Order: sequence, then structure tokens, then C-alpha cells
Amino acid sequence: MTIQPSGQRSVATTGAGAGHAPTNLGDILERVLDKGLVIAGDIQVNLLDIELLTIKLRLVIASLDTAREVGINWWENDPWLSAEASRRAEDRELQGSSRELEDENRQLRERISELESSRNGDRNER
Amino acid sequence: MSDDRGVWAYAITADPGDADLSRLTGVAGAQVRTAPAAGLTVLVSDVDLNEFGEAALRRNLEDLDWLEGLARAHHEVIAAGAKLFPLLPTRLATVYSSDESMAAVLGGRRNELAAALQRVGGRVEWGVKAYAIPEAGQPGAGRHEPAAAEGGAGLAYLKRRKAQLSAQAESQRSAAAGANAVHGHLSGRAAEARLHPPQSPQLSGDKRPMMLNAAYLVDADDGAGFASEVAAAADEHPELDLNLTGPWPPYSFAGDEDEASG
Repeated sequence: MTIQPSGQRSVATTGAGAGHAPTNLGDILERVLDKGLVIAGDIQVNLLDIELLTIKLRLVIASLDTAREVGINWWENDPWLSAEASRRAEDRELQGSSRELEDENRQLRERISELESSRNGDRNER
Repeated sequence: MSDDRGVWAYAITADPGDADLSRLTGVAGAQVRTAPAAGLTVLVSDVDLNEFGEAALRRNLEDLDWLEGLARAHHEVIAAGAKLFPLLPTRLATVYSSDESMAAVLGGRRNELAAALQRVGGRVEWGVKAYAIPEAGQPGAGRHEPAAAEGGAGLAYLKRRKAQLSAQAESQRSAAAGANAVHGHLSGRAAEARLHPPQSPQLSGDKRPMMLNAAYLVDADDGAGFASEVAAAADEHPELDLNLTGPWPPYSFAGDEDEASG
């Protein structure tokens, strides 16, 4: 039900509620994770407390081609993650080591390529 | 009830009537059922807390494939229910230990939830995103190349660069103004409107800057009318690429915070 072939200015609609074409995952995630009624559950997981960095990292990996185009270090400027980023920066200062930053950077890159290849594998199986 | 069993909530409705939910399955393929709670009805399914309890969720949500399956399953139950009766979608991962404990929590918010159900009844949500089209809204932008004659190549470069930068800034300004105008116009057409943060290119899958990410609550039978308003706005604003999604269940209008704009 998404409606616009990109690069085309006119807006066309497909039948309301017809339910063909899987709805864009980004739009669904945005709604189920970020909108919707929040009621305290007795086991409810507060998604704001969850390690958002990891989830977002994986969102990127889902569209790694785009991520490459915009540079893999996008999260450094992401306001959503800036609290996390500044906390880590403070930690780093305390330890007075830029070596760690390099290591972390390398590990992240390795992790991403790992995940990327496993996702590609998944995709091929489908 | 076993200690390992929990209740996953999808949506709250006033009264599902005689709607047939017997073929509806939710997360982990479980049968969806209704549970009475404080005079309201909740669409739920039973889940294994070994997989959907707090600790397990924290672990499993790190797995994007798992998260995608979960998000789609949650959404599909809500979307199917929304075709049958007015409902308020609950956020992903709202889990209770039993129907009774869920009813106890909802009891305290009964009036607020009933009022929200009134607001969304007979209405659907449409999403509108606007992307800035680079260099648009600026006829001839990027085309003019000052002659390199006076002042030499360096100065010509600087002039050209300055012209480029100001053209970029101008097209950003024009896209932002256009997005504002579109939102104002569509808000007037909707019962309620919500502005959401623009999605990152990673989430939207579109690398152009997103200038508008809004949701509009519109009468269910006015979908075609709203879509043609959006199409008209697209014609009026060549600097923007408008993207319409929906109809959605009223995700953006289920909350109690009253931040309606327009």
C-alpha cells in the first residue's frame, strides 16, 4: 500500500486496505516500536531501555548498500545515539586511550561484515 | 496457569461484537483470542515467556530477522482487527503474566482509553512523508557557470562554489517551507495530525533528506479524497517528493499525549 514509485512526482493510490505488496519494514518498525499505546505491562519490556544502538546497527545492515553510500560512521552524528556516544566518549577519556577507539572501530567493522555475510546467506536461502 | 505462560497484547477495543477471529494468528503462530478487561476487550495471544519474557525479549530483539517477524506478526493482527472494529494498537512487547493482571492495569485507565477509542472510531491513519528533491525549486540551479575570465580560475572557482552553496541552502529552505505548507494543508483536512521525527535514510531506504514525516487521522470513507489532496499538494510542490502510505490502524493516535497540531 505504499504509494509512490520513487522519482515520480505524482501520487497514486492502490486500493485502500487491499493489502497487496508487503508494507515497508521501516514504516512498520517505526509504528510498532515507536507509536502505539504504551500501557504498563507487568512484564513489559521498555523498549527505550533496550540497546538501541544494536537494533539501529542492524537496521542499517538490512540496507547496507545505503549505509555504504552515506558512510558507515553515520551513528556518530545520530542524535538518537548521541547520549550513548558521549557516554562512551567520556569512558574513553577517563581511560585516556585512543587505542581503544581504534579497536572498537575495527571490531564494529568486523562485526558488520560478519552480519552482512550472514544476512546475504539468509537472503539467498529465501 | 503455568509460570512460563504470558499474555501478549495487540490492541484494545470497546466491543468486538461477533467478529470472527478464529483464523487469526499472532506472534509465534499462536491463536488470537479476546480477553475482557475493565469493561473493554483486548486482543491477545498466549506466549511462552521463555521466548517472550523480558530477558528473552532483550536478547531476541537484537536479531533483526526475529524482530521483523515479530513486528509483522504484531502489525498483522492489529491491521486485521482494525478492519473489523475500532481499536487502539498497543506498542510492541506489551506482555502480562495473566489476563487478570492485564485487567487490573487497564482498569485504572478505562475512561481515557474509552475516550481514545471514540476519537479513532470510523477513522484511519494515513502517513505522508516528503523528501527534498535535490536542486529542485530552483530553476536552472547548478547550471550556470560564471565565465572564468575575470580574476582567474581560482576566483571563478570560489564564485561557482559560493553559487552552488547558496543554491543548496535555497533549495533546502524551499523544501522545508514546502513541507510546512503541505502539513498545514493536510492537517486542515484531517481530524487530527501528528508530526514524527524524520526517518534516517537507513530506515526510510531513501537517501534524500526527509523533510516531513506526518500522520493524519482521516475518516475511513474519505481515503480517496485525502489521497487526491496529497496528489494536488504534490503537483503544487515540485521541490518535494511526497509519499503516501496507508490506511494504517491508528498507531499514531492511540497515545494519550495530546500533541495534536493543526
